[in-house]
Amino acid sequence: MLHRYPRRVAIIMLALTLCVAVFPLWGPAVFGDQVDFIQEKLTLMVILALFTMSLDLLVGIVGLVSLGHALFFGVGAYTLALASPEYSAASLWWMLPLVIAVAAITAFVVGLLVIRTKGIFFIMSTLAFGQMFFYLISTSQFAGGTDGLFIMFRPSVTFGETTLLDLSNSQTFFYFCLGLLIVGYLFMRWLTRSYFGQVLDGIHDNEHRMQALGYATSGYKLVAFVIAGVLAAIAGMLAAMQYGFANPVQLGWHTSGEVLMMLILGGMGTIFGPILGAFAYEILLYVYEHLTVHWPILMGLTIIASVLVLPRGIAGLIIAPPWNRKKTPVAKEQAAESVIPPNSIQRNEG
Amino acid sequence: MSNEPILATHGLIRRFGGLVAVSDVDFDVRPGEIHAILGPNGAGKSTLINLLSGEIPPSEGQVLFHGKPIQGKSVRQIARMGIGRSHQKTNIFPRLNCLQNCELASRIHMGGVFGSWRSRQRARKVSERALEVLETCHLVHRAYTPAADMSYGEQRQLQIAMVLATAPTLMLLDEPMAGMGREETWQVTELLKSLTDRYTLVLIEHDMDSVFCLADRITVMVDGCVLESGTTDQIRTSEKVREVYLGRHHEEATA
Repeated sequence: MLHRYPRRVAIIMLALTLCVAVFPLWGPAVFGDQVDFIQEKLTLMVILALFTMSLDLLVGIVGLVSLGHALFFGVGAYTLALASPEYSAASLWWMLPLVIAVAAITAFVVGLLVIRTKGIFFIMSTLAFGQMFFYLISTSQFAGGTDGLFIMFRPSVTFGETTLLDLSNSQTFFYFCLGLLIVGYLFMRWLTRSYFGQVLDGIHDNEHRMQALGYATSGYKLVAFVIAGVLAAIAGMLAAMQYGFANPVQLGWHTSGEVLMMLILGGMGTIFGPILGAFAYEILLYVYEHLTVHWPILMGLTIIASVLVLPRGIAGLIIAPPWNRKKTPVAKEQAAESVIPPNSIQRNEG
Repeated sequence: MSNEPILATHGLIRRFGGLVAVSDVDFDVRPGEIHAILGPNGAGKSTLINLLSGEIPPSEGQVLFHGKPIQGKSVRQIARMGIGRSHQKTNIFPRLNCLQNCELASRIHMGGVFGSWRSRQRARKVSERALEVLETCHLVHRAYTPAADMSYGEQRQLQIAMVLATAPTLMLLDEPMAGMGREETWQVTELLKSLTDRYTLVLIEHDMDSVFCLADRITVMVDGCVLESGTTDQIRTSEKVREVYLGRHHEEATA
């Protein structure tokens, strides 16, 4: 199928995951007493990677450029903040399903209204909904207005009386986020390679043709929109847990734009690219912020340069490195994956 | 086979602003026939096909498929009813390979995406159907080639294969030979000929040789109206058609 990549992609991703996973082992040696701060950063990157990946489903896979994806990030954050009891920890066992349900309903309703629009109109209508929620939340008393809401306790993960995961421990929380990212990645990989994913590819290439074949394309797009919204909300919930608060900024178009830049930097439509993009963006941000207060100029130039030089982002660099540009024989690999073995076809021909 | 028309239009009119693109067309297609629509540029042929496949709604009149009006149905519902169409512009999924292109087409008519998630057997049936139509269209050796990497003629053939894969009862082909060379045109003509005993076809085509070789009946359109409709021989000998269409065509050819 379409979303298959050379083996080195898997090797690089596994190596990087391992590197990040054993950070507590090598971190202190490299960063000294800054290690806690770096680990917080790393956790944030993992969360943002999940967020960027969810946007990739819309932008890279279905071809719907959304400028309102932060809406769902915010829905996750605010659901956690509003549903958490003030003086005790909520249980993740009902908090996670609640966040998923609220996000799915929101995405379904918003999706119903925006999914029929295309191109620039889709961008504008998603932006409009994003901003609508932004102003709704930032002017609402119950949501703490522009100050946002504080989350005093991270949800607990218990079984009976025993605590399975202590999420208030920053290291445990880090692994919890990393675990969710890996699950999210495997889910997306499975999804894009499924028949459903193939329909999404078809819609990306030529929606009109899909309709002429008999596909109810709006329905498929809506399902993708809801899935992307739910994944973004999970990322938003994690971010709120990490920061300890939910703030209207998490809903605004700035956040939507930023995640779009991470996606472009990483490489759209590749699922693993967005993860790299989120990490690269945050690392660049960290470096530039230390260099100058005018860091947005540097960041902007970097994004422009990456679009010019790497149209397929960092992912493109790995899939087809400039020193190895000969065409990869994907056809054979694809053939091996098919239900009907290719050698039977050769026989038919003769 | 009964002679009840599989598709019929009654007083079909389509206006674009002040322009009447299709004007009061009565047209019918009988089961098993190849019905060609001829006409100079701007005669309203493509508009007519778009009306038949439901891509644009008529201003007046109606289209009956198996005696039932298709009015108010969406493109996809009409496609599911059994009207398959190909477009004038090449309209394939360039990143997918040939087999996947056809699988996408056959899957929706064999229970859809979610059904085949469960059953490996159905997945196999979908692939077999796709392979079958590739064989019909002489593209089996290209099964695993991304559609974008094929020649233009092959892409056009793939487009016909995809329409076949949806197992339509009626195929609407909008200039299947457009932009093809002699050799390729001949190939596709042969291909369409081989389909005649199994499918009903409505064909828009400019290539006179192919049309007269393939069609059972021909409808000639000029300025949105049906000028003449009849068997291939009737059209060939028709004075009116000769004057308006063939005559001019002939003069152009000799000039």
